[in-house]
Amino acid sequence: MIKLLKHLKWYDYILSIIILGVTVFQVWLNMSLIERMGEIIGLIQAHSIGMPLGSGDLWNVGYKMILIALGICGCVILVTFLASTVSARFSKIIRSRIFEKVNSFSMEEMNKFSTASLITRSTNDVKQVEMTLFTTLRMAVTAPVMAAFAIGKIVGSSIELTWTTIGALGLMLMLVLFLFFVAVPKFTSIQKKTDKINNVTRENLTGIRVVRAYNAESEQEQKFEGVNEDLTKTNLFVNRMMSLLFPGMDLVMNGLSVAIYWIGAYLINIEALQYPTIVTFIQYAMHVLISFMLIALLFVLIPRGVVSAKRINEVLDTKSKICDGKGVNPEQKGCIEFKNVSFKYPDAEMCVLENISFKVNQGETIAFIGSTGSGKSTLINLIPRFFDVSEGQVLVDGEDVRDYKISELNDKLGYVPQKGYLFSGTVKSNMLFGKEDATDDEINQALKISQAEFVHTLEGDLEHEISQGGTNVSGGQRQRLSIARAVIKNPEIYIFDDSFSALDYKTDKELRKALNKYTKDATKIIVAQRVGTIIDADKIVVLDEGKMVGYGTHNELMETCDVYKEIANSQLGQKEGE
Amino acid sequence: MPPIRPHGKAKNFKGSMKQLFGTMKPFIIPIIFALVISIVGTILALVLPNITKQIGEEIFTSYKLGIKIDMAKIMSIAIYIICLLVVSSMFSYFQGFVMSGVSARVTKKLRTKISEKINKLPLKYFDNQSYGDILSRVTNDVDTIGQTFNQSLSRIVTCLTMVIGSIVMMFANSWQLTLLTLSATPISVILVAVVVKLSQKHFAKQQKSLGKLNGIVEENYSAHNIIRTFNHEIKAQDEFEYTNKDLFSSSFKSQFLSGIMYPIINFISNLVYVFVCVFGGILSIENPLFAVTIVAFIEYMRIFNQQIGDVAQISGNIQSAAAASERVFEFLNQQEQPTESDNKQKIEQVKGLVEFKNVSFGYDENKTIIHNFSATVLPGQKVAIVGPTGAGKTTMVNLLMRFYEVQEGDILVDGISIKDMKREDVRSLFGMVLQDTWIFDGTIRENIAFGSPNKTNEEVENACCFAHIDHFIRSLPNGYDMVLDETANISQGQRQLLTIARAMVNNSPMLILDEATSSVDTRTEIQIQKAMDKLMEGRTSFVIAHRLSTIQNADQILVMRDGNIVEQGTHESLLAMNGFYAELYNSQFAE
Repeated sequence: MIKLLKHLKWYDYILSIIILGVTVFQVWLNMSLIERMGEIIGLIQAHSIGMPLGSGDLWNVGYKMILIALGICGCVILVTFLASTVSARFSKIIRSRIFEKVNSFSMEEMNKFSTASLITRSTNDVKQVEMTLFTTLRMAVTAPVMAAFAIGKIVGSSIELTWTTIGALGLMLMLVLFLFFVAVPKFTSIQKKTDKINNVTRENLTGIRVVRAYNAESEQEQKFEGVNEDLTKTNLFVNRMMSLLFPGMDLVMNGLSVAIYWIGAYLINIEALQYPTIVTFIQYAMHVLISFMLIALLFVLIPRGVVSAKRINEVLDTKSKICDGKGVNPEQKGCIEFKNVSFKYPDAEMCVLENISFKVNQGETIAFIGSTGSGKSTLINLIPRFFDVSEGQVLVDGEDVRDYKISELNDKLGYVPQKGYLFSGTVKSNMLFGKEDATDDEINQALKISQAEFVHTLEGDLEHEISQGGTNVSGGQRQRLSIARAVIKNPEIYIFDDSFSALDYKTDKELRKALNKYTKDATKIIVAQRVGTIIDADKIVVLDEGKMVGYGTHNELMETCDVYKEIANSQLGQKEGE
Repeated sequence: MPPIRPHGKAKNFKGSMKQLFGTMKPFIIPIIFALVISIVGTILALVLPNITKQIGEEIFTSYKLGIKIDMAKIMSIAIYIICLLVVSSMFSYFQGFVMSGVSARVTKKLRTKISEKINKLPLKYFDNQSYGDILSRVTNDVDTIGQTFNQSLSRIVTCLTMVIGSIVMMFANSWQLTLLTLSATPISVILVAVVVKLSQKHFAKQQKSLGKLNGIVEENYSAHNIIRTFNHEIKAQDEFEYTNKDLFSSSFKSQFLSGIMYPIINFISNLVYVFVCVFGGILSIENPLFAVTIVAFIEYMRIFNQQIGDVAQISGNIQSAAAASERVFEFLNQQEQPTESDNKQKIEQVKGLVEFKNVSFGYDENKTIIHNFSATVLPGQKVAIVGPTGAGKTTMVNLLMRFYEVQEGDILVDGISIKDMKREDVRSLFGMVLQDTWIFDGTIRENIAFGSPNKTNEEVENACCFAHIDHFIRSLPNGYDMVLDETANISQGQRQLLTIARAMVNNSPMLILDEATSSVDTRTEIQIQKAMDKLMEGRTSFVIAHRLSTIQNADQILVMRDGNIVEQGTHESLLAMNGFYAELYNSQFAE
């Protein structure tokens, strides 16, 4: 938590100190308000045994009290104002630091945290920390100061009553601690059980066709009933425990005030105390109890904030392993060479890729094929430096990719991911992602090459709304649009990571034809599952368990490579890949 | 100082509250009991300051007369107070105890109802409904309702009792001071209303920018690769900062405004407090014993003022509960699939003759996609459905399984219309293997015996042998009893084999298969093909084919395009037609 606070600006520290000062002043005002009331009762008491008293005397005290009340109100508003700016600015700064950091991450760091966890860390955790800071700024200062002032007041007035108050405080803390240890751990288990409810429901929804096809509705309902009952029981237990809190506190507080009167009466009898002192003492004692309650509450709140702060720090302290190189001025264009490349994931024992070497020149097409887990996608991930090689070298245009400035390297590449992810916005805004200043003509041309002319049949044409991830167009349409996004960039090198999988054979073929026609000079790197997609590639690399088991054209491989032959035969059926 | 929570507004506050109260009906007796004891407890607590006053009077009088205080009298009053206190606290605890029970039961019932409802709704409903939305109704919305029940319902009653009670007690102590106190109330109420309204505006803004920011974050993180390779980091950061700034300003404002509500209420009540002290003092000039009354009066005033802040909070809670219950009941009130008590037709010995008679269908009622389709499938035949991506191949499955109802025409199995059978009886005729291989949290055995829990272990294992997955399962830790969940490391292909085994165990007379194998390696694919072939032996089967190479031996091929069936026939006859099928078929080889 403290480490995170370092991200605050210098003036936020000053503001925090001001908050502290104002709070102390405000508590002091609070206490003196009680004192004034005692003063009035004292005046009346004195009057009852004959001292003269006029309304003017009372008003003198009254004016002071109004000023004090005004002061208190002003202080609290000021503190609230300062605390909300500091905490809101804090969360703003932290959020943008995290966002910036995550953007600099490579795949390795992304995988380490997982996307979902990074999202929670950037949003919920930051909110949690903000709330903690806000409450801390307001309560963590107020509560102890108030406790200290109030204790100071009561200790001075009567030892006996002070002990009574301490007794009540003890009782109250016991109650709070009891609930803290019995009920609070159950909160975590409620969260887990709610997750389970979520899980079963999600399961039921995603499998709704299967459930109905197998007439298994009642089976699912029973399962739900089980987790539901489980959650209900825990909920009930916690709620019943928590029902103790307020009645218990009422009992302690009211009990304390009765006890103070009772004992106070004795003390008056032995002339150790005056009536007004009892009245003010009760007020102070209540303040002591309340401030300790607030402190106890802080002990519940702060740990949550600390957990979130830790999770945030984990992100901020992680350094991306992949950073800019010194920058290069390559003379070649569109060449890619792998030199004895091996790759293994951090902490893994086995290599995912072993000793891969090949070279492609400008305008050529190279394809990678192999079974799932053979390392195809990993291999092409080394080119845009999602990962760096463990051994060997990846050269783009004759220069090691690690020597490039990352943005310069990316400028050369047109990457099309396996899952055609689109951004929320319009078709056009997605296309401009590839080239910021593209004209409508350029966009239309790219859509034509990518066989994505279906766009023109959509409502709004280029302005057709795309939902986040592109979920409102079909899988095949998504892939074609994400290809168009790369085409419009007009890169030296295309990387297609299984980007044709959702297309039917016909579209697949047309698309490749158009690409060959319009992007002749660009080098194409294709990962595919289907032999049909790569049949006309200049070079085909066959991968099996991370090793190159075949390298050549389709016809060569049909002669020389068993793995390739097996794949081809299974897909092309009787025609045997003619 | 709890912040005022932002809450959605219920469109039909009355309607949803009425339904919510309907759900509470079975618990009406405990609820009334809880409310009655909470009123009694509150009244007891309200009398306390007035009795405590007696101690003060005793002390004050003896001071005035210069005699010792009568300790016996003090003791009897104190013990009396303590007894009242204990009883009142116990009542208040009982109330909480009973209400938590009721709220737990009500929320459980609502959750169960939602879960059952999911199974009763037509599939059409889920077509344009996000899962996240339904999930949040099951958890968040139901929780909100539960919390309101637990806390706010009895607090309305105690709050009301407190307000009335404290006014009565204040009048009992001093009508002058009471009038003084009450005159300030409208000011507090107006100020609270203004602040709540202002802060809610900013809370809404904050929710909005938070939602937007979440969207940006989610989008950027999940498309991290694309952002990086397109060098979009800086632009993304700019876009983020823009929304981040909005969020900063709205969250600062809402935080601040909701934070100043209490100091303002406090100030007004402090002001009243001062006036009460001074005027009380003036009144005491005539009657010094009145000083004691001031102390009791201040106590009542404190209770009274507290309720104003509480009312704002409770009404907020109730608003959000109304919004939540509206969402819950909106779901529960959706039209269900019609019941079928009249459909008594059943097929005892299935032969497997399927006839489509002039079937027309469209997902949107005004947009028919299948026009007047007829076909006869003889027992044991294999029907392949082919077509490009998005041509609507699953439509046929939806109709056969009665996930959707045909609009015109009829589908008959062994001469009986599936409309005249119960949905469950229609579905038990078909075994189904779908493209998305649905596996639930549970053991492998449970997953395979899904829908037929009475099957023996032997039957399950036999089915797995047939599906070529027995060996794999046995190589896993715990074998058939291994629990499958998100973390379980089994590949897409193995999942597919598991669902084939599931269909095998189910042993239905007919089959629907979706043979998508795009994410599966060649060896597994061959295994899956073999397993499917075995499954189809002697059964009437409908196969959604993705590889044209596997369906050449089908007895009938239905070719689909843009939702409609455009051609039908055998492989040879379709090729001879030289139409869309021939085009599709040739395109996979042509150079």
